[in-house]
Amino acid sequence: MDLHFGDSKPTDDERAAVDALLGPPESSWEGADRSDADLRWARGGRAARDRRDLLLPGLHALNDRIGWISEGALDYLCRRLTVPPAEAYGVATFYALFSVRPRPATVLHVCTDLACAAAGASELCAGIEGRLGPGSGVSVQRSPCLGLCERAPAALAVKAGDPVRTAVSAPATVEQAVLAASAPDSAPEEPAAVMAVPQAGDPSLTLLRRVGVVDPASLDDYRAHGGYTALRRAFELGPAGVIREVTDSGLVGRGGAAFPTGRKWQATASQPDHPHYVVCNADESEPGTFKDRVLMEGDPYALVEAMTIAGYATGAHRGYLYLRGEYPRALRRLEHAIAQARARGFLGDDVLGQGYAFDIEIRRGAGAYICGEETALFNSIEGYRGEPRSKPPFPVEKGLFGKPTVENNVETLVNVLPVLTMGAPAYAAVGTAGSTGPKLYCVSGSVDRPGVYELPFGATLGELLELAGVRDGLRAVLLGGAAGGFVRADEMDIPLTFEGTRAAGTTLGSGVVMAFDGTVPLPRLLLRIAEFFRDESCGQCVPCRVGTVRQEEALHRIAERTGAAAADDIALLREVGRAMRDASICGLGQTAWNAVESAIDRLGAYA
Amino acid sequence: MTAIPLGVPRRLVEFTLDGQEARVPEGSTILDACRAAGKDIPTLCEGDTLRPKNACRVCVVEVEGSRTLVPACSRKAEPGMEVSTGTERARHSRKIVLELLASSVDLSTTPRVAGWLKEYEAKPDRFGPDAARLNEEPKVDNELYVRDYDKCILCYKCVDACGDQWQNTFAISVAGRGFDARIAVEHDAPLTDSACVYCGNCIEVCPTGALSFKSEFDMRAAGTWDESAQTETTTVCAYCGVGCNLTLHVQDNEIVKVTSPHDNPVTHGNLCIKGRFGYQHVQNRD
Repeated sequence: MDLHFGDSKPTDDERAAVDALLGPPESSWEGADRSDADLRWARGGRAARDRRDLLLPGLHALNDRIGWISEGALDYLCRRLTVPPAEAYGVATFYALFSVRPRPATVLHVCTDLACAAAGASELCAGIEGRLGPGSGVSVQRSPCLGLCERAPAALAVKAGDPVRTAVSAPATVEQAVLAASAPDSAPEEPAAVMAVPQAGDPSLTLLRRVGVVDPASLDDYRAHGGYTALRRAFELGPAGVIREVTDSGLVGRGGAAFPTGRKWQATASQPDHPHYVVCNADESEPGTFKDRVLMEGDPYALVEAMTIAGYATGAHRGYLYLRGEYPRALRRLEHAIAQARARGFLGDDVLGQGYAFDIEIRRGAGAYICGEETALFNSIEGYRGEPRSKPPFPVEKGLFGKPTVENNVETLVNVLPVLTMGAPAYAAVGTAGSTGPKLYCVSGSVDRPGVYELPFGATLGELLELAGVRDGLRAVLLGGAAGGFVRADEMDIPLTFEGTRAAGTTLGSGVVMAFDGTVPLPRLLLRIAEFFRDESCGQCVPCRVGTVRQEEALHRIAERTGAAAADDIALLREVGRAMRDASICGLGQTAWNAVESAIDRLGAYA
Repeated sequence: MTAIPLGVPRRLVEFTLDGQEARVPEGSTILDACRAAGKDIPTLCEGDTLRPKNACRVCVVEVEGSRTLVPACSRKAEPGMEVSTGTERARHSRKIVLELLASSVDLSTTPRVAGWLKEYEAKPDRFGPDAARLNEEPKVDNELYVRDYDKCILCYKCVDACGDQWQNTFAISVAGRGFDARIAVEHDAPLTDSACVYCGNCIEVCPTGALSFKSEFDMRAAGTWDESAQTETTTVCAYCGVGCNLTLHVQDNEIVKVTSPHDNPVTHGNLCIKGRFGYQHVQNRD
């Protein structure tokens, strides 16, 4: 590798931000001043490049401290990590939370996505921009879903510095959002995670039972509420026994693809190549989804325990927790939980004195929906652009760092705890034969009590919406988020199971249930969904990169049209949508047309 | 990468290709099998000297049991697989991909694409006059070659050729995301401020003419570029002892472009700045 670095130098602050992460440079090969000793040896090769995966944390370090990433800063980071500057530039420009152009230290992300749009985000945004114009020291950015849909409309302020400060304002008013942006430290504390769980205290809860009950900062409290009994059970069962239990429980992935978790674990465990990795996908970015955030904020040790079990079962000694960049409180809670668990022997070289070594590292995403795709997530952790890889090979064979990897999302992992504590038969008795166990739903929109709900699989859509206090005048429900589909207000008897939604021609997806009444114009919603996919397409394959743009253009053209005036464009949408579904590399492109298609076919949009 | 036959027998994989029995050596892609069977599958991002990137998706085919179409260029043939290359579904996706590209990118110098547009009855105009296009101006910032990203289909070939697959210079990357993604050097700087070593191996692999010799770019602008009047002569580079093959493209007794045969077992079509661009002394008549 023949690396060429530019002449721009980092400022002292930028250098300090990088050195705080990587330690001071040891030689001029890494960006220190040149000394005579450096002429006698060369540092490089594989050992130097091994740290490529610290590129994303390095970019975060700069962005957190300075607010943007300058040429000099990027070059210094590249020197430290032996990364070609062109590649690092490609990575830095991939993520929405980073900027390679100067900008104010404070960025206020105002969510303009589905739930927030329905709750008046555009007026909020206009109001904020009126108050925080140029020269205010705040850059106002319209953001995709911030995962705060139960408190829409939402805004997240990030003020660069040492340390970086964040403040959430939700439900946001112009005054509160401006306060959060101008003085994040004095903004009122966010309501507790339990406020997003309307069923809190209900003894029938399984996954959410500890949210609001335990102190999320206390390991002892977690243990007093049944914590770490599942891990002890896992050690009794042995790795093969754990996999057998998980397989017998019928647990399938909750991220949307519904792949059997036991089979995934078995396939990873049986790979001869080592090391194995566990990756927790906490990059919850599907518009309308916030369940993983509530779990991580309200019961962080549960995730730590579940990842440890996954690692034990699959023969992994290292777990990566890829956390959405827009979740500052979940980050703090998990950092604390992992440090506590490590200090108390629940993570580390000898977990619970059982001779099993496991540790977890948190990696923050930086504003890219696509990184929720498992292989894109691997690329992101490894320090490359978050572009999906082509499958096969599948992650169980070649995943993170090219090694066998088991990747599960937060909700799936947390389900492993009751599987082990209840036993597979008892767990499998919950729900239906095809979809076992409890399921979390993120209910938002036109309901009185938005939030995360837990119901056994098999409850109907109507039952769930009734629980959430659906308001009069329901027009449509979006299931599964932007990648999901709309159903009509008269389809309330759809059973919320994987097989039931499939039979009804729709999808459960990640559990988003967003209710809309007649006041929200449907074409406006569809346009927002199309914008979302256009913004979030990674750009790698043609059907998605250009197809999402053509889809948005066609929806713009027919925003005010119906019937024959819209027919040509609808035919065009169908043709493009079909090719996106058939020929895109990953699930993003393959599902980018789902919601629009369902709105046309089921709701009669533009008819 | 061009396979170098080592003489070791490889097992044959048997599968069904368009209803016919097909047998290809283990490790072959569906595209290899199609080409061996004389089937013409359109490809853009596939490169004979590079690992398949399967980004353009114009080579998609239908595989029995697969939820989506699969890229023929990268998917390995598996025993018992049933592949159909000409189904309505596969042809539909190819047509849309061609339309999406032709409506956003200047494909005027992409070989064979006009024929495919016709064959698949693609109508790029149907996205309307306001359909977003790349609208990039050619970047002319050095004497050797021009980057005309209005013609770029983002096939990643130049990135791969500049990176670990050939040149190991890593001067080229994709920057940005989605429709705004563009090929760029570090900090989107001019080429002269980048890590570029002007080997021109990216030009060698560019499938659309987005990257071209300055001589070709200038002649095209002047309307004097005439491929039918050009001769190609392959010779050995005289600069050093490696012995790379050079193919000199000559028009009106002037060298207008230098390429290198991709089947050369040593260099696979790659050259350095001297072999690629250092030909002026040949025609210096002073």
